[in-house]
Amino acid sequence: MNNDNTNMNTNMNTTNSLGYDKAIVSENLTKKFGRFTAVDTISFSVDKGEIFGFLGANGAGKTTAMRMLTGLLLPTSGRASVAGFDVFTQTEEIKRNIGYMSQKFSLYEDLTIGENIDFYGGIYGLGRSELKTKTSEMIEKFSLGDAGRKLIKDLPLGWKQMLAFSVAMIHNPQIVFLDEPTGGVDPITRRRFWDLIYEASSQGKTIFVTTHYMDEAEYCGRVSIMVDGLIEAMGRPNDLKLQYGCDSMNDVFVKLARPE
Amino acid sequence: MRNIRHIVKKEFTQLRRNKQMLQIIIVLPLIQLLILVNATTFELKDVTMIVSDLDKSATSGRLVERFTASGYFIITGSTESAEHAAKGIDSSKAKMILIIPNGFERDIYGKLSPDVQLIINAEDGSAAGLIQSYASAIIMDFNQSIVRKIMRIPEPEINQGIEIRDRYWYNEELDYKFYMAPGILAILVTIIGLFLASMSIVREKEIGTIEQLNVTPIRKHEFIIGKLLPFWIIGLAELAFGLIIIKLLYDVPFEGSILLLFGMAALYLIVVLTIGLLISTTSETQQQSMFIAWFIMVIFLLMSGLFTPIDSMPGWAQVLAVLNPIAHFVEILRRILLKGAGPSEVQAQFFILLAYAVVTTFLSTWRYRKVSG
Ligand SMILES: Nc1ncnc2c1ncn2[C@@H]1O[C@H](COP(=O)(O)OP(=O)(O)OP(=O)(O)O)[C@@H](O)[C@H]1O
Ligand SMILES: [Mg+2]
Repeated sequence: MNNDNTNMNTNMNTTNSLGYDKAIVSENLTKKFGRFTAVDTISFSVDKGEIFGFLGANGAGKTTAMRMLTGLLLPTSGRASVAGFDVFTQTEEIKRNIGYMSQKFSLYEDLTIGENIDFYGGIYGLGRSELKTKTSEMIEKFSLGDAGRKLIKDLPLGWKQMLAFSVAMIHNPQIVFLDEPTGGVDPITRRRFWDLIYEASSQGKTIFVTTHYMDEAEYCGRVSIMVDGLIEAMGRPNDLKLQYGCDSMNDVFVKLARPE
Repeated sequence: MRNIRHIVKKEFTQLRRNKQMLQIIIVLPLIQLLILVNATTFELKDVTMIVSDLDKSATSGRLVERFTASGYFIITGSTESAEHAAKGIDSSKAKMILIIPNGFERDIYGKLSPDVQLIINAEDGSAAGLIQSYASAIIMDFNQSIVRKIMRIPEPEINQGIEIRDRYWYNEELDYKFYMAPGILAILVTIIGLFLASMSIVREKEIGTIEQLNVTPIRKHEFIIGKLLPFWIIGLAELAFGLIIIKLLYDVPFEGSILLLFGMAALYLIVVLTIGLLISTTSETQQQSMFIAWFIMVIFLLMSGLFTPIDSMPGWAQVLAVLNPIAHFVEILRRILLKGAGPSEVQAQFFILLAYAVVTTFLSTWRYRKVSG
């Protein structure tokens, strides 16, 4: 993967944080809901083509951070840019350049896969013939066969998630945000899902992914671990294991997230 | 523009798959127009009245005759003292007192307008309103025949247009169902529009797809138009459906231009749909939005003048009634259908609805945000 220096502070000071050379740059990004600080001054940057794992316990603030980066939620303070666009002022430009798979299921359950593709693809400006080929490609890729004519709600969860991922990528975005894409999915399908992620990464796309599965954390180039809105640790999985003297990412995570 | 088409297509596909919603859209108008029209219709028969004819002329006699001949009123007493008459109402001997002033005949032929006084027992508001409109109808009708006589216009030569317009509105053949059916039709269009629109966005919030939509580069106005256009079409189709039903069931006269009617309904639906949208964007759950929609619907309905005449409401309520879009739409439907009103006669309502549409469209678009705070 990427052999980027993980020392954030020097990185932030030496390069223009809102430059275009990084896929995602965040500097002291903060979100408060009333008095409650859901995301607390988080700073990090993600290189183009990197797979960045965004870890944290339930309620740590992962989804909130991701919603700020995707232009869905206005930050309270700090700075951040995605694909070189500012999260405060250029949310619509960001939206044109990213794909997003939300934590809640994002396809329409009462439509078929083809109808979902027609809808989302149509909104991204894909033409009629393009939509047709995308649909048949997807049915072939996931060997859906006759299931391609079924409504999404009648498909198994694993398939649904892979389809949702593919639809989130329908407009060929350079940066993809995945919020717990494999939640509740069986291990074999999870493996296949990660094949899709690697495939996208090999095409130079940047992947920003959250997960609660620590085996998946090991697949990431770098990870950050968030605790109560703060980023407590960040680096390559192997470096983090060394740093905290653990055998697995699981132990690192438990050590950080449950510090008793 | 293309994006609007994509959303409309998706909405219709989803609607087609939603069997319950389809049932509501088809069954609701049938039930409402069948049951509500009959249930809210009170036959006016044998309304007791006390006559106080202070003029005692041939003309005043003929006016009284008109009342008895109508079949709706029976005279239970006559008196020359107003006090007496008032007692009759107090003791519920009569629902109405007709007082014809002294000099009635002289004045009416002298081209003055004598004041005929009606005192109506208003314990039952809706009945009182109805009695009042019937009684005024009879008086107006009578008045016209006098005018004809003075101007020496033989009956058949009178301007046919006016004659027909008045026939259904204010005369003894008036069928109360004719009066109610357009009102129920207005309720129907409002309910369908308000509920479909108030569910629209909050439903996507609940299932989570709103996030996915908000993260696309779709423009705000495209999204809103795409979302509301299907309901607008359904609302108008519902109106057409309802019109056919009231024609078939009650043979309600369609005196005015159907095109004008649909034009006004198109504008009215914009008001209803954007109010629904506003509810939908401010709610977090479908339940919440359903509750608010019901609340607004009930207030609008009770203050619409459909069940209680607006005239008999307290002053502040009358002011609120002016702000009630459904009241204006009911009035528009009645005027166009029953009186054959042309554009100029619904102009005032048109401008009120237009102002409403501008405000509610502005509010709902402003409230819908692709980026939350
Ligand atoms: N709109 C909001 N208003 C108030 N509080 C909120 C809002 N959205 C999130 N929160 C709170 O912010 C905190 C972080 O939530 P968030 O959804 O970002 O966590 P998460 O890391 O994604 O958790 P999970 O792993 O369960 O998805 C939670 O305590 C949550 O209740
Ligand atoms: Mg989350």
